[in-house]
Amino acid sequence: MSACNQSGGGDMLQELGDGEGELNLVIWAGYAENGSNYPEFDWVTPFEDETGCIVNAQEMADSATGVQMIRSGEFDGGSFSGNATDRLMAAGDVAPVNVDLIPNYANIFDDLKLQPHNSLDGVPYGVPHGRGPNLLAWNTDEVDPQTTQNGLWEDAGNYEGQFSLYDSPDFIADASLHIMASDDDMGITNPYQLTQEQFDAAIALLEEQASHNPQYWDGATFGDQITQFAAGDITIGTTWQYQVNSLVAEGAPIEAVKPAEGATGWSDTWMIASQAAHPNCMYMWMDWMAGPLANGQATIYFGEAATSQEACDYAETFADGAYAGHCDQTHATDTAYWDDIWYWSTAREDCADDDDATTCVDYDAWVEAWTTLRGE
Amino acid sequence: MTIDASALVAPPPAGRARRLAAWLHARPRLQLWLLLALPLFWLVVVYLGSLLILLLNAFWTSDSFTGKVNPFDWSLAAFEQILGNEVYRTIALRTVGMALLVTVTDALLAFPIAYYMARIASPRTRAILVVAVLLPLWASYLVKIFAWRTVFLGNGFIAWLLAPFGVQGPGTDEIANSWIVFSYLWLPYMILPIFAGLERVPGSLLEASADLGAKAGTTFRRVVLPIVFPALVAGSIFTFSLTLGDYIVPSLVSDAKFIGNVIYDNSALGNFPVAAAYSLVPIAIMLVYLLIARRLGAFDSL
Amino acid sequence: MTEAGWVRIGLRAITWVILGFLYLPLVIIVINAFNESAFMEWPPTGFSLRWFEQAITNSTIVQAFVTSIVVALGAVAIALVLGTLAAMAVQRYAFFGRTSISFLLVLPIALPGVITGIALSSTFQTIGIEFGILTIITGHATFCIVLAYNNVIARLRRLPRTPEEASADLGADTWITFRRITMPGMRTALLSGALLAFALSFDEVIVTVFVAGAGTETIPLFVLASMQRPTALPVVNVVAFVLILISVIPVYIAQRISGAEAAGARI
Repeated sequence: MSACNQSGGGDMLQELGDGEGELNLVIWAGYAENGSNYPEFDWVTPFEDETGCIVNAQEMADSATGVQMIRSGEFDGGSFSGNATDRLMAAGDVAPVNVDLIPNYANIFDDLKLQPHNSLDGVPYGVPHGRGPNLLAWNTDEVDPQTTQNGLWEDAGNYEGQFSLYDSPDFIADASLHIMASDDDMGITNPYQLTQEQFDAAIALLEEQASHNPQYWDGATFGDQITQFAAGDITIGTTWQYQVNSLVAEGAPIEAVKPAEGATGWSDTWMIASQAAHPNCMYMWMDWMAGPLANGQATIYFGEAATSQEACDYAETFADGAYAGHCDQTHATDTAYWDDIWYWSTAREDCADDDDATTCVDYDAWVEAWTTLRGE
Repeated sequence: MTIDASALVAPPPAGRARRLAAWLHARPRLQLWLLLALPLFWLVVVYLGSLLILLLNAFWTSDSFTGKVNPFDWSLAAFEQILGNEVYRTIALRTVGMALLVTVTDALLAFPIAYYMARIASPRTRAILVVAVLLPLWASYLVKIFAWRTVFLGNGFIAWLLAPFGVQGPGTDEIANSWIVFSYLWLPYMILPIFAGLERVPGSLLEASADLGAKAGTTFRRVVLPIVFPALVAGSIFTFSLTLGDYIVPSLVSDAKFIGNVIYDNSALGNFPVAAAYSLVPIAIMLVYLLIARRLGAFDSL
Repeated sequence: MTEAGWVRIGLRAITWVILGFLYLPLVIIVINAFNESAFMEWPPTGFSLRWFEQAITNSTIVQAFVTSIVVALGAVAIALVLGTLAAMAVQRYAFFGRTSISFLLVLPIALPGVITGIALSSTFQTIGIEFGILTIITGHATFCIVLAYNNVIARLRRLPRTPEEASADLGADTWITFRRITMPGMRTALLSGALLAFALSFDEVIVTVFVAGAGTETIPLFVLASMQRPTALPVVNVVAFVLILISVIPVYIAQRISGAEAAGARI
């Protein structure tokens, strides 16, 4: 058994016992489907049948809300993006994971394991679920094909009142990413860790963008964005593959792309709460979600890259091959694709680097800046 | 007239309950305390206690990275942030302004229908109208808002209705949408108290006023309005307070941020002290409003 | 009637317009329940019962419905008891702080739900109370008390004391007098308060979001969560449609009850 480091808080489970009969999860919408939306997408019921752990899943609006939910002590774990995992690990809200108890973990692609966002001091803190970029989508009837993000920034004036942006302080990173790609002088190396000068530049860019009257969506109300795209109220915007899939499935003329200069994105991990009331069930769930059936279905359903070759193979034959090519489409095995995708992470005063001399703008300032921007 | 003695019922034997009642009867203060104990415990300990703890958070700090509150780490940082940034003032004024606008709108809309119901409609029609006014309250608040989104969307109901004029819907990001939806949602809460108040106006007063030569307008202004005013204020407590704190309507049908959004966003994003500090704004506003309302007699008309 | 003819006609016209305003969204909800489009497009793209099918086969909806009813009943029960106790205390006794009681009672409903929600939620967490049906009932009861209180105290003000005094004169003790004289007189007020409190609790979402915790879903929480099931969102129109149909019954009952006495339900 590997040596366990308890620096993050919570004890690593040493032995897997029987299921406790219940499991409470914090999830991104669509991460725990039980067939009630689409009968063919159901990876919860087989899990419940096999382990006896009845799943109660609650959606989070965004990462920070998810952090608060886990902190309430009501949940056994959840699926978190990098800008939640780093806070959870640092605050000791989640426990390190004993991967020996998770057989399917071995099959996960290597470039997802032991990453900064899901591990601490070389100890894994979770099981990867899937990853994806924040895409740029547009209405093909109204808008020419896009290749860069310019439509939301320099050319935002072409879409007055008709473009859609993610309503969260996290979106500031998209502004700094755009500066990073277009303005070398600013010296931005990480869109999430910004000096005051870089931060101010990003805010200035956002204010310019706001003058063109954007519309907003977030993880709790992205049904909004879908109806707006469908109604033609918005013609271009940042989005998740989930919305694109939903629109395309109903015949809306929507196309999406990862912009040439790169994009922000997210890599989600299943983590177990430090004070989980049902740790055995949580381990069983993590193992199940790393398995081909669950990971294949879940990543197809949401529209994100799967975490193992087994899941990719499953996806080829799932639903009589209706989703063949899923892994290619989502670039699950294309490591180069992810090089210019900056997974969500939290802005920290110490710049999250080893250099004591550098100070960056902290997340509280991000929150306040976003409130100011949106409050006007 | 003879009294049938057997009809006189002898008092029941003094059981324990009866003796307790008699004992209590001599102690009105104790009766009062027994009655008030539970309600006061609930409201003071549970409710006010929770509020107090929330407000204490406003004087503590939180870790920027983890989002955790540092209890008993006394600081005025949250207040400094709110007072130092103009946007919080803007948002508060916007919200109060909207609350007042919605209140006035609802008063204007409610009065005619309440008057019709109270004084003109036949008893049967009145009964039907009361049901008709109450029924929308039972339709899901959220689903009603979704329905309004259908109305406002660029290619929604309004666009469909005004198609001959080539008008597009306002879209779901106009602050005016919030005004319409708020006014819609709370309208029954304004109609009912005004209706109740108008019902209590004696017809004889109106007739006397007319007999004394007052025209309809004058009678309304000088007889009806003063009597119904407390009821109007009572209804306004709902329209004002419900608008003041709501964050769901603004986020679903408009893009503007209101007080509720700031509190909710900050607490969700882990900056609890700021959320708590900002909560003092609507609390203070409502306390003042309630005091004024009580002075105006609204509490007797609720 | 002393109103002039044109006033009556004018007011009737305005009443119809306002009723139209009140019912416009409800009509849209009903139409959207049959709207084929997954995005609730207008005008409806076609007639379809797919949402009804989805609603029937969706076990979480039934569960949410049951949870909502249980919560509402619990909240109403507590609100009735506490509201009646408070009303009797305020109406029958003179004491210091009497006028403050009604002030205190209206606070939970007058202060923004988000504040009540956050306050209660963090208290429950601090104490370590487990979130679930009981915490939701607690939250709802708190702002429902005032509804019972208002109805009961309004009735108590109008109830003559003489029957109670007569009862006492005839030798009945406090409990018997309360049970057989006072209570029957308050019954319809209690029912009015109960119905309004039930409606409020059943439809409440803002406070509920904070005090529900994992695994407990009321109908409003289900509707809110549906915002994140994009092409399944229209199912909520079916839910609302059914609720509107069902709720005609209690509303009608409420009206019949208070029909005989003055004024409908007191908010």
